[in-house]
Amino acid sequence: MTDFIDAFRTALGLIVTLDPDLVEILVLSIKVSLSAVVIASLLGFAIGGALAVYRFPGRGAVSAVLSALMGLPPVVAGLVVYLLLSNVGPLGVLQLLYTPTAMIIAQVVLVTPIIGALTRQACQDLLEEYDEQLRSLGASSSAIVATLLWDGRYRLITAVLAGFGRAIAEVGAVMIVGGNIDHVTRTMTTAIALETSKGNIALALALGIVLLTIALAVNASLIWVQRLANRLAYA
Amino acid sequence: MLDPTTPLQGVGDRLASPPLPVEIKGLVYETGGKRVIDEINATIESRRITAIMGPNGAGKSILLRLMHGLIAPTKGEILWAGRHADRPMAYRQAMVFHRPVLLRRSVAANVSHALGLRGIGRDKRAICVDDALRLAGLERQASMPARVLSGGEQQRLCLARALSLDPDVLFLDEPTSSLDPASTLAIERLLLDAQRRGIKVILVTHDVGQARRLAHDVMFLHHGRVIEHQDSQDFFDNPRSEGARAFLSGGLVL
Amino acid sequence: MKFHRRVLFGLGAAFLLASLASTGFAAEDDFIIVQSTTSTQNSGLFDYILPKFTEKTGIDVRVVAVGTGQALKNGRNGDGDVVLVHSKPDEEKFVAEGWGVKRHDVMYNDFVIVGPASDPAGIAGLKDADRALAKIAEAEAPFASRGDDSGTHKAERDLWGQAGVDPTKGSGDWYLETGSGMGATLNTAVGKHAYTLADRGTWLSFANKDDFEVLVEGDPKLFNQYGVILVNPEKHPRVKAEKGQAFVGWLTSGEGQKAIASYKIDGQQLFFPNARPGT
Ligand SMILES: Nc1ncnc2c1ncn2[C@@H]1O[C@H](COP(=O)(O)OP(=O)(O)OP(=O)(O)O)[C@@H](O)[C@H]1O
Ligand SMILES: [Mg+2]
Repeated sequence: MTDFIDAFRTALGLIVTLDPDLVEILVLSIKVSLSAVVIASLLGFAIGGALAVYRFPGRGAVSAVLSALMGLPPVVAGLVVYLLLSNVGPLGVLQLLYTPTAMIIAQVVLVTPIIGALTRQACQDLLEEYDEQLRSLGASSSAIVATLLWDGRYRLITAVLAGFGRAIAEVGAVMIVGGNIDHVTRTMTTAIALETSKGNIALALALGIVLLTIALAVNASLIWVQRLANRLAYA
Repeated sequence: MLDPTTPLQGVGDRLASPPLPVEIKGLVYETGGKRVIDEINATIESRRITAIMGPNGAGKSILLRLMHGLIAPTKGEILWAGRHADRPMAYRQAMVFHRPVLLRRSVAANVSHALGLRGIGRDKRAICVDDALRLAGLERQASMPARVLSGGEQQRLCLARALSLDPDVLFLDEPTSSLDPASTLAIERLLLDAQRRGIKVILVTHDVGQARRLAHDVMFLHHGRVIEHQDSQDFFDNPRSEGARAFLSGGLVL
Repeated sequence: MKFHRRVLFGLGAAFLLASLASTGFAAEDDFIIVQSTTSTQNSGLFDYILPKFTEKTGIDVRVVAVGTGQALKNGRNGDGDVVLVHSKPDEEKFVAEGWGVKRHDVMYNDFVIVGPASDPAGIAGLKDADRALAKIAEAEAPFASRGDDSGTHKAERDLWGQAGVDPTKGSGDWYLETGSGMGATLNTAVGKHAYTLADRGTWLSFANKDDFEVLVEGDPKLFNQYGVILVNPEKHPRVKAEKGQAFVGWLTSGEGQKAIASYKIDGQQLFFPNARPGT
């Protein structure tokens, strides 16, 4: 119980004083996850939109794999990226292991399936309603994808926020490919893991509280976006 | 409110030249193990408005979608001036669906996007959008989300959108089913005006009065077959078939 | 409507900015990567000595803290320039197989057996570490093991061997293999009122001790030697041999050794430098 009280006091202290170490890892966490989500969004929108509209052999299988990958354990994603980026791996020449870029790549691997699968679902739902109208208007397949992505924008924003929530809270992948190097690849989550292992439970919890605050903000905006969409009859 | 007297400026005064006649040959469409279009043979020659009538489930909407090329027939073919309806031909057609399908965008963007899909440049689009919205009496709602419009307003927007595309052929599936009398009248004027500008209008309607006012010829469908196809005057005054007679006298068509 | 447009635009712009900003991650080259163990990192030693090295040479040292086994594995993959670990036979094998250039002794610390003050197996004050383990096994008192193939885990397995006990028979029952780092294992031990073997450094700097105490210490068998190895640039050409060698040299030099000796927690020295000069 005292740990909890300590944690809140510590958390408040860290935030109020804008503790430079906290700010550094917070900024890095957000930078990495935001970059990963931007890249994953571009990929996910393209993949999801194409899967909803284009017919090709193996389309069902690709969709199924994409959905299954939504539940990919971060550690597995981390291991795969580690093996790719390791000096003995195929991408070793790039010298990206233990850099923020490596963490971005790992999170892209984690988040793209989420955004892709949610995008596919959103587009598919819309397509059911729009298909004949759009074909009647003479839309090409790529124009249909573009139309669906824009008309599904509120659901896509939701997907992006969900992806960001997963990225920022994930520890397994960034720990492996980032190495939790102080001032280089230490993020909120790896710092929490480290402080826990040092027995600094209160500090770890305090960091957790900061992370939770971000998660709350993300979810609040999620709800706000959904409300807005409903009000405009765009849901 | 609705002002059908002003022609569509952006479109210009081009006289449309619909690819007539439409020849429907041995058309069959099966779905869900059911033959919903059953060997239709018909020819539409008139440049004026054609009405398709018939009881619920007769196959009117399906026939419209077959003619528009949205679905492929199980058997048979449809020829437009002797040619199959390939894609370029579809470009010269437009359709107003029974249930309005509006994009999750503003009223103006709904028209503008349709024009964009037909490859019309931005500058020209703006003029066409203004015209279309004036036509639909929706200028003041231009920036509103389209999907919060009332049912009737949505139907009007769909029609204005279809007209803004300046088609040669316009299909309409019960376009006035949820409109008030004034809007219905305004839309009928719009359709007559479209016909005058050379657009071939093919419309499904349950409104006998409307068909009388608009149609040059009536195609009467029942159980996926064309029971009767003749001039509207004759159709309404002297229906030849039992089914049409029962339908017109308000009886149940079996 | 106009407002929402603007919000959407704002969101898009924020994303774009973020992605631009992230391309600005420094691509500087003046650093080496040291694959090391959680015990050295968690004890705070690196935080204390590395700034001294960086100040002198301008070389940044990036520490990846994993278990000894994983550190050597990563070194074998060339994913590090230097390894600093504590499991002499494995280190010698690493060098013998050509993955490392040469092994140098750096320092030692010692292991301690810690446990709850209630001491259910009655081992407090024993001078003989394997005797203590035998008593724990006999009492089937809970014991938390690293279980992660780390240097500490290897040392613990040696001790069980000398005690003539196979603790894995009690695995999941009284022998708890955490499969995680020293700190996490200490947390588990405290939570489960279990004994555990810990390096003194991590133990001293561990903040969640509860009523735990050092029960057995001072047995020479608890001696814990650290070695440092430069990863072989002939195997992995991208290894920064010069900078890595500078670090190895500094650690084993008088200056580095003094830095190690002067690191203290609560007035207690944690690591005892024992590099042989000139090697
Ligand atoms: N996918 C389908 N599966 C099974 N039956 C279908 C399917 N689509 C249409 N039908 C059937 O085809 C028949 C014709 O449908 P259609 O929509 O053309 O009727 P309609 O003449 O337009 O009727 P209404 O006046 O009610 O609009 C109906 O009996 C309908 O149940
Ligand atoms: Mg119908």
